[in-house]
Amino acid sequence: MALFILRRLGAAAIVLFLGSVLVFLGVRALPGDPARVLGGEDATPSAIAAIRHDYGFDRPLPVQYAQWAGKAVTGDFGRSTQDKLPVGHILTERLPVTIELSLLAMLVAVAVGVTAGIVAATRRGRLADYVATGFGLVGLSVPHFWLGILGILLFSAKLHWLPASGYLPFTGDPVGNLERMLMPALVLGTGFAAVLMRQTRSAMLESLSADYVRTARSKGLPERSVVGVHALRNSLTTVVTVLGLQLGALISGAVVTEQIFVIPGFGKLTVDAVATRNYPVIQAVVLVTVAGYIGVNLLVDIAYALLNPRVRLTGVANG
Amino acid sequence: MSLLEITGLKVGFDTEDGEVQAVRDISLTLERGEILALCGESGCGKSVTAMSIPRLLPPDTTRLSGSIRLDGRELTELPERELRAIRGKDVSVVFQEPMTSLNPSFTVGFQIAEVLRRHENLSRSAARTRAIELLELVGIPAPARRVKEYPHQLSGGMRQRVMIAIAVACSPRVLIADEPTTALDVTIQAGVLDVFRDLRDRLGTAIILITHDLGVVADIADRAVVMYAGRAVEEAPVTELYARPRHPYTAGLMRALPSAAVTLEDGRRRLSEIPGLVPPPYADPEECAFHPRCPRAQDDCTTRRPALDTYGTGHLAACFHPLSAAAPATGGGS
Amino acid sequence: MVGLVLVAGFLVLAIVGPLLTADPAAQDYTAPLAPPSGAHLLGTDDLGRDALARVAYGARVSLEAGVLSVLLAMVVGVPIGLVAGYYRRLLDPVVMRLVDVVLAFPFLIFAVGMAAILGPSLRNVIIALSVSLLPGIVRVTRGEVLVLRELDYVAAAVADGAGDGRIMFRYVLPGATSTLIVQATVGIPTAIIGEATLSFLGLGVQPPTPSWGVVLTAAQQFLDQAPWLAIWPGVMIALSTLGFNLLGDGLRDVLDPRSSR
Repeated sequence: MALFILRRLGAAAIVLFLGSVLVFLGVRALPGDPARVLGGEDATPSAIAAIRHDYGFDRPLPVQYAQWAGKAVTGDFGRSTQDKLPVGHILTERLPVTIELSLLAMLVAVAVGVTAGIVAATRRGRLADYVATGFGLVGLSVPHFWLGILGILLFSAKLHWLPASGYLPFTGDPVGNLERMLMPALVLGTGFAAVLMRQTRSAMLESLSADYVRTARSKGLPERSVVGVHALRNSLTTVVTVLGLQLGALISGAVVTEQIFVIPGFGKLTVDAVATRNYPVIQAVVLVTVAGYIGVNLLVDIAYALLNPRVRLTGVANG
Repeated sequence: MSLLEITGLKVGFDTEDGEVQAVRDISLTLERGEILALCGESGCGKSVTAMSIPRLLPPDTTRLSGSIRLDGRELTELPERELRAIRGKDVSVVFQEPMTSLNPSFTVGFQIAEVLRRHENLSRSAARTRAIELLELVGIPAPARRVKEYPHQLSGGMRQRVMIAIAVACSPRVLIADEPTTALDVTIQAGVLDVFRDLRDRLGTAIILITHDLGVVADIADRAVVMYAGRAVEEAPVTELYARPRHPYTAGLMRALPSAAVTLEDGRRRLSEIPGLVPPPYADPEECAFHPRCPRAQDDCTTRRPALDTYGTGHLAACFHPLSAAAPATGGGS
Repeated sequence: MVGLVLVAGFLVLAIVGPLLTADPAAQDYTAPLAPPSGAHLLGTDDLGRDALARVAYGARVSLEAGVLSVLLAMVVGVPIGLVAGYYRRLLDPVVMRLVDVVLAFPFLIFAVGMAAILGPSLRNVIIALSVSLLPGIVRVTRGEVLVLRELDYVAAAVADGAGDGRIMFRYVLPGATSTLIVQATVGIPTAIIGEATLSFLGLGVQPPTPSWGVVLTAAQQFLDQAPWLAIWPGVMIALSTLGFNLLGDGLRDVLDPRSSR
């Protein structure tokens, strides 16, 4: 098991390194001259040359990368070109907002998606199955931003139940925070719930037709342990895998959701930074996003191994 | 009163092509401590007959009629909830596939303890202790260590012993063993059969053994019912059956005994087969279902269906042209 | 079946729709933000433009973005996957490592980055989406090739002395067709939503071109006065995506019996 984790760690480190190179090169490839952006509209050529030298833009790319990456490892991402604040500081301010949003969305998704998947599988071919499957298909097809707009239209503009946008820190005003987070979390969780529902359903259908489920029934176990213990336990690996695979979609969805509901999180930061050509911020947010994505996928791999005794005991997947 | 009495059992399944008749009409009894073999080719209805007892058949599509009495209690009319109290407690099952019948995600000990906690109200630790005893009972060495292992760490024979341990955990009155040794190596088969015999002797469990292998029947059973196309064609104590088979189908199966069989490279033995195919399970023929494959068939076999007749104590056969008592076991064909 | 109908409806709307409706750019200054009426079946937007015409024209933009980006990704990705899977020792590790790196970026983040580098326009959205779809297609193709190259008829072709290129395109690729068709069908809705999302964020198609995402961005500002503007583009995105998803599911059942769903 230790070896298994080590191997995965090594692979993740390589991908992270290559990813950081890609981020670095990608930002260099952005149209426009960063020095000109930093200097402002009426900067003289000599001032721009000075900025270029100060920021090291005149050095060879590998040197620039090494400097940037070396500092990034220590959490120093430079300063934002907009408000001159340290990027690291901005990140620590924005990140918890997105993490809260994502966790709430995931909570919604797991509660709705896994439950609906189990119900659909156990009532296969009946009304509940059709309802859940239909929900799954529609949930997959509706884009986040439209769902968000519809939510605002219904719950804010018409019914006046929830505020349409904005953010309050949880520590300052827990109720206000949740009031404003509820709709975004539902919007972000819907597509996720749909995917989870579909995957849980098909995994449960497979488990429910397995021989060991017949054995469980022959033991006289009540249906709730046949389904909830024997079948579900063997479907959990699928659920965990899907959670990992869908993380990218969750991050993508967060970008859009934060934009609609004007939530000052990571996603909004990304879009705003791209719009204003805020290079240090773009570099930092994309790198942190990728690192987080890789990190969570690593955790998913490990959770998968822990759930599967065959992998856990031998360290060999699919053995 | 017998321990188990099945009378006029009919089982059909709804399929997209209409209703399929798996069991057309069968009656049989099982005595306390008896090992009864249900034999016949695949598709003859032997497994469905046995699985009807604890009603382990898909509830939505199964049509079941007739009577199944356990100790005088009618099982076919019991609601699902009361049947669950019987499954694993009074009637338990050992399935054919030891590799897949255990849940890969739980330890062997958990899976044995589960049935004890369900039916015997044992505490977690008491159930664990009992699980170790049961593993010992079915002949698994180092049970205290094995109890903590997962199915994939055990060999096929070991897994089947674990299945047996689960099945006998609550000292059932009827144990159904569905082809329990078919998936196992021939050397391991004998050991598993010994476990069944031993359990019957020590616990007095009555066993219904489902098999297509008359060699296994000869080895362990007291009495045998031979089934064909959803009906019993012959029934007799095993020694009587082997000495004097009456039905040409039984005789045909016997010619396919392991002594006459080819030994395959993997050590398993392939039985030579009776020529022809089992009739499709849709229509209920008004004739003897076996006549197209029967070397003794005559005109009357194609117009009427023979009923079971008595040929000595406990020996029944359904044939218009039975083999004579003097015929050797290999008779019946040209 | 439902999927086929929805996709067909989407195609008809995209191809025929713009011919039958008003000019999506024509402004009616007398009636900005007019509710649905006989003159404007779906009402008008803030500049008095006909919402129905903009929805119909938006279908064309979506179709272009969805189909072309998938097509581009297939044209580039399939040969890469084919070659990587075929020269397993030589090229596969390199290609798959690159694929892993791109897949380490969430789809939209990567697309946003690509769109930012390329600049906002429909053509660049299509390129950005196709690059983002590429690794998935490479991976699927390569997986198919790894299975197919072990099959007997491929081995027979090798024994016959057929050249590598011939084996790849004549023997291996046809075997992968059904999987690739399914993959393409499922890629289209991803691209349609991707285009709408990028445009909604202001990184894709730019106003005044009436992409569904662009229309929705504008509609969001007038939710109080003209909620009808926000309904139809979203319904259209959902229906066309649903159609392709259903079609993909159906095709998978028909063409690819190995993956059961």
